[in-house]
Amino acid sequence: MSVLVYTESEEGKFKKVAFEVASYAKAVADQMGTTVTAITINANDVSELGAYGVDKVLKVNHSKLDDFNAKTYANIIKQAAEKEGTKVVVVSSSADSKYLAPLLAVGLDAGYASNVVEAPKSVSPFTVKRTAFTNKAFVFSTIDTDVKIVGVSKNAFGLKEQSGSATAEDFSPSIPENGVHVDSVEKATNTVTIADAEIVVSGGRGLKGPENWGMIEDLAKVLGAATACSKPVSDLGWRPHGEHVGQTGKPVAANLYIAIGISGAIQHLAGINASKVKVVINTDPEAPFFKAADYGVVGDAFEVVPKLTEKLKEFKAQNA
Amino acid sequence: MKILVCISHVPDTTSKINFTDDNTKLDTNGMQFVINPNDEFGLTRAMWFKEKQGATVDVINVGGPETEPTLRKALAIGADSAIRVNTPATDGFAVAKQLANVVKDGGYDLVIAGRESIDYNGGMVPGMLAELIDANFVTNCISLEVEGTKAKAVREIDGGKETVSTSLPLVIGGQKGLVEESDLRIPNMRGIMQARQKPLNVVEPVEATKETTTVKFEKPEPRGAVKMVSPDNLDELVNLLHNEAKVI
Repeated sequence: MSVLVYTESEEGKFKKVAFEVASYAKAVADQMGTTVTAITINANDVSELGAYGVDKVLKVNHSKLDDFNAKTYANIIKQAAEKEGTKVVVVSSSADSKYLAPLLAVGLDAGYASNVVEAPKSVSPFTVKRTAFTNKAFVFSTIDTDVKIVGVSKNAFGLKEQSGSATAEDFSPSIPENGVHVDSVEKATNTVTIADAEIVVSGGRGLKGPENWGMIEDLAKVLGAATACSKPVSDLGWRPHGEHVGQTGKPVAANLYIAIGISGAIQHLAGINASKVKVVINTDPEAPFFKAADYGVVGDAFEVVPKLTEKLKEFKAQNA
Repeated sequence: MKILVCISHVPDTTSKINFTDDNTKLDTNGMQFVINPNDEFGLTRAMWFKEKQGATVDVINVGGPETEPTLRKALAIGADSAIRVNTPATDGFAVAKQLANVVKDGGYDLVIAGRESIDYNGGMVPGMLAELIDANFVTNCISLEVEGTKAKAVREIDGGKETVSTSLPLVIGGQKGLVEESDLRIPNMRGIMQARQKPLNVVEPVEATKETTTVKFEKPEPRGAVKMVSPDNLDELVNLLHNEAKVI
């Protein structure tokens, strides 16, 4: 009966979203009067999960599972759900979890709601609030099946620490073969990804050319932020597609989003709207982004950004 | 190769979203509907297969008659024929089930859908479809090559990309990268004229139970006014971000 949460790891260590989905699972379990079981795949030390409300961990470790494979992972989570008699499975909104969740939903005959932003409004009927129309609206939906899958939006629920500890149990599911094989993975190793970032620094056409991105990268470095860009910038080939944020690009749900030289087209705003605090730096005081921002600076990015980077360096030095 | 491209009929990206009937229905009054952008990248890639490697390309939508202009646009871009499953799209699972039925009967080798639609953003139809028909599945797909029954695809992952080998039958959740923005085609007059003659088959739905129900919509709270900071006083911005917003 316990709530099952898939807590993702990378190279043996939990991703930050793992603790957020564990916190969410705990809230659901409290509403339902049950416990939380986490399933981990190739995670090393699982004891950290206890601090986020997990009671029990089903620990799967196998060399065949080093590469993420949606169908195989979905099948393993399904076996864990059946073993636990789970009625609610909680997953994150990472690229991997969004890949496996629909497969898991069919496997478990479960209804699936993605992009959920709050603890369930009620558990009977099971009612969740999710974003729709790329953050232009919310929708309340009920999940009507016996088993339910909730995909939690990144940075929407937050981390809720608990005083508790988790017991770990080795779990050896069958590992089915399937028809998708990973040949290679390319991943930037020394930069923060948009998906994981607490802070995102984003540049638009106002920066005039790819040669001017040094100052965006400098600002991002001081803040430990990821870099991103608007759609025109990626269409012009100034920056890689992977950095394009907005309605047809990546969604951003950061704590702080700094937009530099981005006017704020409705499609861009939709994609970054889930971010908590927005700062806009733009020469044009009429730029629509100012209406959607928390803090605004009207000024030339080429002067303001290097100055701001210096100020932040001083601040970081004082608060180190 | 027989390709099916799934076409979602969605409000244009510039649309303002409003609701009617006590916030239970989307207000479509004056709204422009388009091919879901993620689907359009897939459709354009399908055209490339058709022209370079030889393939038939059908397009499909699950929805009422109001989605037909969107299907006609896909025909004008170059699809050979269109199918509309005559039932409202109630939830992701019900749509996947309708699609699965058509794919099984039609013997398609490759199904290209968008990684998500820009209206409900569920991101579940392609994966559910793949599982229902027991096909291979790659989502967030930014590159796709097919040789015989073998396929190579690139998937965007958090912070990078992953190259995979797989085989037909295959379901793709596509997005920008399958083709570039500049490759997208605006239907020309000849295409529009031809599209009128191409078959648009309306098929009746199979039984499919929805698993989720939309109860009601809500608009985000209007936000407070922006606080302006002078470019000569950036210490103040640092101070606000630290003490007021508490994000640094």
